[in-house]
Amino acid sequence: MKLELRGITKRFGTLVANDDIRLTVEPGEVHCLLGENGAGKSTLMNVLYGLSAADAGEIVVDDEPVSFSGPADAMAAGIGMVHQHFMLVPVFTVAENVMLGAEQTRGAGLLDVEATRARIREISEQYGFDVDPDAVVEHLPVGVQQRVEIIKALVRDAHVLILDEPTAVLTPQETDELMGIMRQLTANGTSIVFITHKLREVKAIADRITVMRLGRVVGQAQPESTESELASLMVGRPVSLVVDAGTSEPGEVVLAVRGLTVVDDRDQLVVDDVSFDVRAGEVLVVAGVQGNGQTELTEALLGLGGRASGSVRLAGTELLGRPVRDVLRAGVGFVPEDRRTDGLVGQFTVAENLVLDLYDRSPFARGPMLRHSRIRSNAAERVGEFDIRAGSIDTLASTLSGGNQQKVVLARELSRPLKLLVATQPTRGLDVGSIEFVHRRIIAERDNRTPVLIVSTELDEAGALADRILVMYRGSVVGIVPGDTERDVLGLMTAGYAPEQAFEQAARHPTRTGHPEHGGGDEGEP
Amino acid sequence: MSTGDTGNEVGSWAERALRRRWRAPVMFTVLGLGALVLFGLLAPGGERSTFGISTAGDIVEIDPVGVPSRQAAILLALLCLAVAGYALLLTARAEPVPLWLSVLFGSAFVLSFLTWAVAGETISLTGALQGSLALSVPLIFGALCGMLGERTGVINIAIEGQLLAGAFLSGVVASLLGNLWVGLIAAPVAGLLVAYLLAVFSIRYLVNQIIVGVVLNVLVLGLTNFLYGRLLSPQAQTWNSPGRFPRWKLPVLGDIPVVGPVLFDQTVIVYCMYVAVLVVHVALFHTRWGLRVRAVGEHPEAADTAGIAVNVVRFRNVLIGGAVAGFGGAYFTLGAIGVFSREMTAGAGFIALAAMILGRWKPMGAVFAALLFGFANNLQSVLGIIGSPIPSEFMLMAPYVLTIFAVAGLVGRIRPPAANGQPYIKS
Amino acid sequence: MSEQEHDTTATSGGEQRQQEPSVSQRLWRELTTGSAMLTVLSIVLALAIGGLLIILSDPRVQQAAGYFADRPSDTFAAAWQSVSSAYAAMFRGSLVDFGEYSVVRAVRPLAATLTNATPLIAAGLAVAIAFRTGLLNIGAEGQIILGAVGAGYIGFTMDLPVVVHLVVAVLGGVLAGAFWGGIAGFLKARTGAHEVIVTIMLNYIARFLLAYLLTLEAFRRAGRSDPISPYVAESAQLPRLFEGSRLHLGFLLAVVAAAVVWWLLTRSTIGFRLRAVGFNAHAATTAGMSVARSYTLAMCIAGGLAGLAGASQVLGTERFLSSGISGGLGFDAITVALLGRANPWGTVAAGLLFGALRAGAVTMQAETGTPIDIVLVVQSLIVLFIAAPPLVRAIFRIRVRSRGLGAPEARGWEA
Repeated sequence: MKLELRGITKRFGTLVANDDIRLTVEPGEVHCLLGENGAGKSTLMNVLYGLSAADAGEIVVDDEPVSFSGPADAMAAGIGMVHQHFMLVPVFTVAENVMLGAEQTRGAGLLDVEATRARIREISEQYGFDVDPDAVVEHLPVGVQQRVEIIKALVRDAHVLILDEPTAVLTPQETDELMGIMRQLTANGTSIVFITHKLREVKAIADRITVMRLGRVVGQAQPESTESELASLMVGRPVSLVVDAGTSEPGEVVLAVRGLTVVDDRDQLVVDDVSFDVRAGEVLVVAGVQGNGQTELTEALLGLGGRASGSVRLAGTELLGRPVRDVLRAGVGFVPEDRRTDGLVGQFTVAENLVLDLYDRSPFARGPMLRHSRIRSNAAERVGEFDIRAGSIDTLASTLSGGNQQKVVLARELSRPLKLLVATQPTRGLDVGSIEFVHRRIIAERDNRTPVLIVSTELDEAGALADRILVMYRGSVVGIVPGDTERDVLGLMTAGYAPEQAFEQAARHPTRTGHPEHGGGDEGEP
Repeated sequence: MSTGDTGNEVGSWAERALRRRWRAPVMFTVLGLGALVLFGLLAPGGERSTFGISTAGDIVEIDPVGVPSRQAAILLALLCLAVAGYALLLTARAEPVPLWLSVLFGSAFVLSFLTWAVAGETISLTGALQGSLALSVPLIFGALCGMLGERTGVINIAIEGQLLAGAFLSGVVASLLGNLWVGLIAAPVAGLLVAYLLAVFSIRYLVNQIIVGVVLNVLVLGLTNFLYGRLLSPQAQTWNSPGRFPRWKLPVLGDIPVVGPVLFDQTVIVYCMYVAVLVVHVALFHTRWGLRVRAVGEHPEAADTAGIAVNVVRFRNVLIGGAVAGFGGAYFTLGAIGVFSREMTAGAGFIALAAMILGRWKPMGAVFAALLFGFANNLQSVLGIIGSPIPSEFMLMAPYVLTIFAVAGLVGRIRPPAANGQPYIKS
Repeated sequence: MSEQEHDTTATSGGEQRQQEPSVSQRLWRELTTGSAMLTVLSIVLALAIGGLLIILSDPRVQQAAGYFADRPSDTFAAAWQSVSSAYAAMFRGSLVDFGEYSVVRAVRPLAATLTNATPLIAAGLAVAIAFRTGLLNIGAEGQIILGAVGAGYIGFTMDLPVVVHLVVAVLGGVLAGAFWGGIAGFLKARTGAHEVIVTIMLNYIARFLLAYLLTLEAFRRAGRSDPISPYVAESAQLPRLFEGSRLHLGFLLAVVAAAVVWWLLTRSTIGFRLRAVGFNAHAATTAGMSVARSYTLAMCIAGGLAGLAGASQVLGTERFLSSGISGGLGFDAITVALLGRANPWGTVAAGLLFGALRAGAVTMQAETGTPIDIVLVVQSLIVLFIAAPPLVRAIFRIRVRSRGLGAPEARGWEA
């Protein structure tokens, strides 16, 4: 099936998310859609999948213009989509999820589960998926959940499969397996639209590359292009992918974590006996694929979230089991992973958000009374210092751009003397300018002799910022390695390989995607 | 996944310690001990509790059963404690406490209480069960209504209003036309109208579902009171004399001792209730419709991407629920009393809501909870007659207290549909 | 679609120019004036529907409609007569009675309005402050009952010096209400039990508790067998503000309570915390605020305010305790808070309006035989219309540029 997008335009208010997008997906090819966060890729795919209507332009399938009023139409036209955030009902079984919306019935509306089970087994065998139709989805690992999503699309006879950032939640090893599946699919004539911002993956799998920036198609590229060519096309200017962090001389141990174990609300073990130290004046980056316990680790440090045991000592004081307030007062600065949900009160003004964890202390309060004048003068200062672009300090935080929101959070957390800075995914979803700003601020804080703990899923970011890198896999520490460790080795570690094995493997197999391609026998299992 | 799978192995000691939830088993133990002491050890010995089984005219007459009160209560309390012990054991092993265990505990506890309460007296078991069922019928309809909405993610606080509207309109229509059957058809229409308002305001205008529900209750209450004062009360002959449905005794089934007179000598409304429970159960868990409904309530985005029109499903279900509750409302006028009176639902809609929650959003569970509540309510009046050892007000409180315990997680874990109460707004 | 938002805002990037302050100010003004207009239109619409109901249910109109084809004017005349006499009576009963010969008598209806508004304001504040903390307090009814029980018990059993007795009785009511509200807050904070369910259940428990208490010796009036308590001692009564009216000091207490709630919400650190928790409990937690403690505190304050309403009923208006002491006030309080947009002064205004409706309806029922319950209908309609601005705009065919502010954040059982 051949798919064409002709002049797709989509606006949100004054913002043009997609501007006259044209692209063609030939049968059986892997077409990569490359772009930064916010380039408009997901918007475009939502239009293609019938989730939102385009303001202009048309979708053409096999030279026939089509119009989709909903995902059902898109599916009927042979388009399937695997969303970045899986569209699976957690409490349903695999079979229930697969049949949802395309149910087979035995008359009177009674479900024919057996027919679906059979289809799942069939597809599982064909692609080597190993998926149990009766497993409950919420109990499955993310990699398997993704396969369920693919099965969902295949059951509906998808000829074009859209994969939206499918590797974000996968280990490099799982990414390899996914690419194997993609090749199998294209060999059977299915076309794939592969959305990503990861250059290595594009180079490894793409037949054709379309690059988007700020809502526009800025060019086509060949898989043979170098990474820096692709990067400059994607970002719009030549970029050095590495921030100059300089060197640091770590001092004494300030944060000592021992045997930290966390169980989440759903009774899952998410952090498993983790121990490490962070020294004054060093950046420790916790790397790993998303969802391997890094977020829960930082939340436990702060006293948030699930039930935790073990020990967290900051300059000799035990913090575990203390309320968040005490931990913050002890001198911990915290930049949460999701700034909209955890970092800011959207309906509060910038000024109010800048004192969110200081509001009841001098000079912002006198006894039970707020001192609005101090809160305002503080806000004026911070807005200047951190270059926060807001209409005024009375602007609601929810109306700021992502970068400016993150600056508000950083400005607040860095405005008090810190004994430790913890930042989870501090640059996620930001544009390049904001990323640089955030990185510079983090390094400046380190150079202030503050120990810094960063969680990042981007190995490039880890490499750029870290003095040491701790890799987590399934809640445990795989190993702690120097900040200049090779990417290949880190990639292997995020898949659970112990450091020695990872070094050994990496030395043996130079790779395309930053991690080894392993065929049949994985003798190097941990 | 070819790499080592630590997640599924039996975890470390620390992990298991963190996983345990002690609230329910501890609650069981406390209640069990309370039953043992209060109903057993502190009770005077030598009395008998007698339960009548047969009603006059049964084909097979069964003699009343008498048990020594103190011993029986102690025995049942020990059963409670055994259940509590098993629950403690399960929790120590970091395993969840299953629903049937809670049900067993509840039954044993109630029976223990009952033998204590009727010590030295006789109550008719059949009569008690008949009374319980009578009081549960509107609760079951109401709970089904709430469930139909909440399974799609729409909270329905207006069950009370829908029951009341059904009771009102069925009575008025039956009076005006002199036909009970037309009245019965009018009842779901009334519920539907209230549900339509709920759906329009909460789904189309995105007004907070709970607020709409509360306000609709006030609206229906005001409306029915107003019309009652204006029309039904002054001109009762025309407006408020519907009469009631007769009981139909089913052949064979109706002659079974205890079960027969309780279940199969009832009005058409009760028979409809049996059908409704069965239909909702099958439809919810075994049909395409049910699968979609549950998907919409758990993960509306996923349902949307699977091509299901989320808000249409929600709208439709709220309407169906309203019709069910309206139909149940007819039980007050056409099934039980024979006339409409002010505020005659008296909070049944809220107990129905409680039954739905306690029954964990499942038809069978809701039936069990509603029967329990009906039983407590009925027992209160029965005990009032034979001279009860505790004030009737406390018996009336029981369903509400139990519900608070339930939502506070004291009787096992409750997990509502994940998208419950959240409006679905397409981007 | 969070990814969507992600995309759009991030695209606008760091370079995005924010709106000029004057624009946002103008927008703000537009919204506020828009909402004021909306309120007025909603009230008009609700009264119109209420009027229609009065007309349709009037036997005389029905009679005239019987020969509508012959003399349609009769039907219209009867209809006009029906609705105008009802609403005129309502006006006379709630504001000013121009037919009276003395000023004191003429403004007596106004005093009745204020008397009726007193518990509505206090209990409305109870719903409003919980709402600002992100909690739906459906339990004002139960909290009022507990407040009335607490204040009443102190009022008719204790024997204390003049001023002290009143202060202790009012405080007793406030604390009893705070305790009842606190249960819901505490359970929400500790176990996650949804406050809507818990407060609904607590309403019924309170009702049965009151019924039980009224069977006890201490709560029974000498020589009476029905469930009714003795009168509260004179020393514990809220003094009447002027002769010939039931208006009492409780009204001023309610207004002071509104001022305190306003100060608390906008000027104090506690209010900052409660509002932060109400808007975004996650961010509040991350900023070190205790959400659990905020929920408990907010519900205690809310319960205390509702308790004040109960105390004012039992010590000021009724002066004894009976099973009907709350009489649905708690549910009216929800509509009051919603109409007042959970803002303290808005709640006062809404309380006055609904107090007027209640006072007027009494006169209306006495003079025209229109059942008082029409007030409930009008009240609920007003709130429904206010909550759905697009509906009102559609009805009045108003074109607006900005989107409606209708829905407060809707949340599930497990918020």
